[in-house]
Amino acid sequence: MGLGQGREDVVTGFNSEPAILVEGLTKSFGEVRALRGIDLSVPPGTVLGVLGPNGAGKTTAVRILTTLLRPDGGRALVEGHDVVREAAAVRRSIGLSGQSAAIQEELTGRENLEIVGRLYHLSWPRARARAAELLEQFDLVEAADRAAKNFSGGMQRRLDLAASLVGQPQVLFLDEPTTGLDPRSRLGMWDIIRSLVAGGTTMLLTTQYLDEADELANEIVVIDHGLVIAAGTSEELKGRVGGDVLQFTVPDRARVSDAVTAIAQIGEGEPHVDKETGVINVGVGGRGSEALIEAVRNLDAASIEIHGLMLRRPSLDDVFLALTGHAAEEDGQPDQRRRGRRRGSKKDSAGVAS
Amino acid sequence: MTAIAAQSGAPGAAHPGEPGLFIQARWAVSDTLTITRRNLLVWMRVPAYIVFTVIQPVMFVLMFRYVFGGAIPVNVPGGYVNFLMPGIIAQTAAFASFGTAIALAQELKKGVIDRLRSMPMARSAVLAGRLVADTARMTVTILIVLAVGYAVGFRFQNGPVPAILMVVLSVVFGVAICLIAAYTGLAIGDEESVQAFGLIWLFPITFLSSAFVPISTMPGWLQAFANNQPVTYVVNTMRALALGGPIEANLWKSIVWLVGIFVVFAPLAVRAYKRAA
Repeated sequence: MGLGQGREDVVTGFNSEPAILVEGLTKSFGEVRALRGIDLSVPPGTVLGVLGPNGAGKTTAVRILTTLLRPDGGRALVEGHDVVREAAAVRRSIGLSGQSAAIQEELTGRENLEIVGRLYHLSWPRARARAAELLEQFDLVEAADRAAKNFSGGMQRRLDLAASLVGQPQVLFLDEPTTGLDPRSRLGMWDIIRSLVAGGTTMLLTTQYLDEADELANEIVVIDHGLVIAAGTSEELKGRVGGDVLQFTVPDRARVSDAVTAIAQIGEGEPHVDKETGVINVGVGGRGSEALIEAVRNLDAASIEIHGLMLRRPSLDDVFLALTGHAAEEDGQPDQRRRGRRRGSKKDSAGVAS
Repeated sequence: MTAIAAQSGAPGAAHPGEPGLFIQARWAVSDTLTITRRNLLVWMRVPAYIVFTVIQPVMFVLMFRYVFGGAIPVNVPGGYVNFLMPGIIAQTAAFASFGTAIALAQELKKGVIDRLRSMPMARSAVLAGRLVADTARMTVTILIVLAVGYAVGFRFQNGPVPAILMVVLSVVFGVAICLIAAYTGLAIGDEESVQAFGLIWLFPITFLSSAFVPISTMPGWLQAFANNQPVTYVVNTMRALALGGPIEANLWKSIVWLVGIFVVFAPLAVRAYKRAA
């Protein structure tokens, strides 16, 4: 009964065996080294946010931890079971909800859940009851008997997540659970995830959205090019940027480079420019208000029109930028496309907020 | 939403230790039946699948019977419709494999297979359930086509037992082709490519055979191919079962080919499924 114990330990603040333990995990696809030796440790009942751009290795890590892929090297334990040698035991203790809703679209929500219940070897009456419970909990009762293909994107994700909970897993893997969802559905998904966490489920959540990791995760690891490049709480990571960030928008795209020149002396590092939106960010360390005044003066002197000038605390976006030199939402690397498998689609810009 | 919290907290599905062999075998059967049921439900929900699997072969029967049939002289009792039906049933069985390949490719691409593989179900069940469902679907289609054949004048000439054996042989043949399709579907992993690939090998091997016309009407070089390929052996055997006549040589060659396909493609399909990651 290691598991129940684990949960109590969280409550009493005791240290115990991690629910997920990863050591030196490596995996290559031909030439592409998707994972180059990552270590992770997730205490029971906590949420680990795995943050990184497309192609960073997040999905590969999840696929290894959920027994779908064999690692080349290193080891991974889930609930104390080795994902290679004790794959069956691992499968009994996990749930997986992926980037694309892996439900059978032609079948109804209820049928989907009942079938999953049967595959978890519940009796028919138990499978039916469990499906009804989950439909209720995930606010899908009204749509339950419609074909899932007629569900909205948010409903499909909820159904998919419900399916991953049929077996009442101790450890839940959520691979980019809100990629491609509209902002309202994302918030709904966050509520659901929070309530699962409150119930003691250990969770590993991958995301490209920094605000999502910020909202949901106890600990965050940042992965880029198959390596963990930073780990810590959201606050610790933000501390890495050091000081405040000055942000403004240049509506006339032709003047963006002039604006960068005008503030070049103010910032502590290179200003980061988003060419599409004309948004400029620059870290200004501890000299916030001073830098703000200087920036206004310089930009005014160069007669550059600006919008939305502000001084703010660093976000995880800034952290990511500082750590990797590129923004989290940009595609970092040539996609490691594996035999036609679909990668996360280019996300809606709605999620890029902050 | 508070109920979720309470629910997921309980470690309900954990089984201590590994289940025994007997239980595992029972689960393998039950999982296969669950997947079979799911696949058949999907099949019945998609009108396009029904059109492709039922209407199309029926159209073939009507077209060959009434459009091309009159121009094709054959030397069998009862005329062209009797010659045609074993051939068209063999083709129907072979074309059922499109469904196998497309469904597996789709499930692979959409991540459904991944999800199933991350669950504590029998690993064999996805492939086995697919084949069982497709065999059931194929059998239904064959019986419908046979009924349509009867309506347009086809009659078995050789008694009921050979007639049943003919249907059984066509189903076994169809399952063999489905195994090839399962392998290609999983190995290619893209619905449209799989469909195109199916067309470029299934159309030639079914049409360049004895299924629709006597091979003696083909040019010599084509006869060399048509006379020595498995569809011809199977169709000739089916025709002999349906209408009477010598059967031995074709039956043995059919069996050798079918066993060969099972021996080669069953492991290939299983391997492709395991690797489908």
